[in-house]
Amino acid sequence: MGVAIADGAYGGTVETTAPVEAYHEDVVRAFVVAAMFWGIAAFAAGVYIAFQLAFPDLNLGLEWTTFGRLRPLHTSAAIFAFGGSALIGSSLYVVQRTCRAPLFGGREWGWFIFFGYQLFIVMAATGYLLGITQGKEYAEPEWYVDLWLTIVWVVYLVVFVGTIIKRREPHIYVANWFYLAFILTIAMLHIVNNASLPVSLTGTKSYVAWAGVQDAMIQWWYGHNAVGFFLTAGFLGMMYYFIPKAAQRPIYSYRLSIIHFWALIFLYIWAGPHHLHYTALPDWTQTLGMVFSVVLWMPSWGGMINGIMTLSGAWDKLRTDPSLRFSVTAVGFYGMSTFEGPVMSVKAVNGLSHYTDWTIGHVHSGALGWVAFICFGMIYYLVPVLWKKQRLYSARLVEWHFWTATVGIVFYITAMWVSGIMQGLMWRAYDEYGFLQYSFVETVQAMHPYYIIRGIGGLLFLAGAILMVINLIRTVTSSPALAPATQGAAVAAE
Amino acid sequence: MKFSHAIIEKNVILMAVLTLITVSIGGLVQIVPLFTVETTIERVEGVRPYSPLELAGRNIYVREGCYVCHSQQIRTFKDEVERYGHYSLAAESMYDHPFQWGSKRTGPDLARVGGKYSNDWHVAHLNNPRALVPESIMPTYQFLNRPLNFDDAAEHLKTLRALGVPYSEDDIANAAKDLKVQAGALPDEDNTALMARYPKAALGDFDGKPEQVTEMDALVAYLQMLGTLVDFTKINPEDLKQ
Repeated sequence: MGVAIADGAYGGTVETTAPVEAYHEDVVRAFVVAAMFWGIAAFAAGVYIAFQLAFPDLNLGLEWTTFGRLRPLHTSAAIFAFGGSALIGSSLYVVQRTCRAPLFGGREWGWFIFFGYQLFIVMAATGYLLGITQGKEYAEPEWYVDLWLTIVWVVYLVVFVGTIIKRREPHIYVANWFYLAFILTIAMLHIVNNASLPVSLTGTKSYVAWAGVQDAMIQWWYGHNAVGFFLTAGFLGMMYYFIPKAAQRPIYSYRLSIIHFWALIFLYIWAGPHHLHYTALPDWTQTLGMVFSVVLWMPSWGGMINGIMTLSGAWDKLRTDPSLRFSVTAVGFYGMSTFEGPVMSVKAVNGLSHYTDWTIGHVHSGALGWVAFICFGMIYYLVPVLWKKQRLYSARLVEWHFWTATVGIVFYITAMWVSGIMQGLMWRAYDEYGFLQYSFVETVQAMHPYYIIRGIGGLLFLAGAILMVINLIRTVTSSPALAPATQGAAVAAE
Repeated sequence: MKFSHAIIEKNVILMAVLTLITVSIGGLVQIVPLFTVETTIERVEGVRPYSPLELAGRNIYVREGCYVCHSQQIRTFKDEVERYGHYSLAAESMYDHPFQWGSKRTGPDLARVGGKYSNDWHVAHLNNPRALVPESIMPTYQFLNRPLNFDDAAEHLKTLRALGVPYSEDDIANAAKDLKVQAGALPDEDNTALMARYPKAALGDFDGKPEQVTEMDALVAYLQMLGTLVDFTKINPEDLKQ
């Protein structure tokens, strides 16, 4: 069946004088704009705090600008604001098209999701600057922000599932399986991990319900599956629509997509304890986490194979289609980091890599190479479609973006490999008399050049994204519009 | 009958239910036993809830995101034990809401930093880390030299008690006073009651400003007790086996 994406919205209506915009695309447009805005904010914050580690005076001595407060701002902006806006926006686009049905709940619910989610981002981000945090990584927002997100998320789930129920296609397209798993699992993780008791209903401070070793396990069950379901399953949904669409090929293997879907969502949830190797977490839990993390390599690569092989017979498009180049490179990075991840989850390797920059490099090969690139591919594809333009303003600028960003990522992850492995080895080095060879601060000092290289890598990535914004703005403002007749034709070809 | 995935693909509710079941299994297997298996948390002497001043300091530690650069979890490696002290026990963070084990050591582990440096060292270091450690990349924390706002200390203790931290009625009734006594703001008060409630609490006017309790006082009081509660000279490693 491949990509059975017919388009009921325009197909039959072009001849009529009053075309009805059956699909709600204005909310998708808003999410795309938000994703680009938050992307720039997240990358800029990242560059800034990267240079703080090389030049601590950049902390400015102000409470609002210390690394400790800005780092959650950076991670949340990247994951939830940039990634989240791209995910929700693209899912609302994909679910309408693949179900041939407008959004359940209509325009109003769509806009509620948009503004509700943006309000969540703003409340979380301003809170971080003021020191309002739960102190749990990637789950820093306090109780009132968590509650608000829960409401928005339930509406999102209802709209998404409702649209699928209304569908005029017999099958639920594979991209929607992944989006659905993402929405459901994030709801489960969010509610359990953030269970907390506020000190007062008028105050911001709460205490998390869980403590110590149980809190650690729940946190990393959440944390690793924020990676697994927010940053992986959701973006695989994106991959399963936009790569076949841009390549104009069916998905490589339908059977593989079934197997790797169920295997991926079953296995991912077990992997959390690999963040807690050799800690006070019981050994049996650590071992389970390691074993499942290694097995997880298989379904991860199942997704990669399905994504890349979809290009069979259309490889030439990599040269001509800029959005596809981003998407396919993203899948390549996905394959790389889902190989590196299982390696790092092995206890012997983790003993060296944990607590070091190696982890930071690993995360960024996923976040920049996979998540951001698949988003860039999606957005480059979607902006001309959503704004009804013939094409992007400049393919050359996309080319520049691609290479600046790729070189930036390479700088970033190689610097972190070197600094991480070096620091891990220095911590455990003994001199000839049997004493620890290095004081801690000597290992900090040794990181300095790599922190500068990493900062430059981030700067390149940010510069690429700025080129993208310029290109997109010019596309919307000055790229030739699709003639109404060709709109119909273009759609019919889908 | 031959199974066909098409059944699931045509029914979103079925797909949602199956997805939820599939993603629940791993978490249930890994998390639930940690609450029920008794050996998860070692039985050791000495671990107690935080004193009000320490709790205020811990909240500042959380607020400033210290955990993004400092771990509080010493792993079972020779080099870590030599550098930081005895490996961390689960029991030592059993009253930590939330846990602060951290995931990155941009700075050193702090699980046992208590008592390793003087109060003066900590205050000077927080004010300007590079004055003491020139290579340090830690931000400066002069802004902590402001009055501590923890008038609702009793409310915090009550909230934690509701979550299972064993604070007594006595602890809660004396929370505000204990905080001042520990920070040396009530020099004429006797501290035996405080020390009975919170053994090994670090006493004193940490920042040299006796007239007020500052955020600096609270944070240093917290740092100075980290990892000090369990007396490892009295522990038999066999008893810790899980």
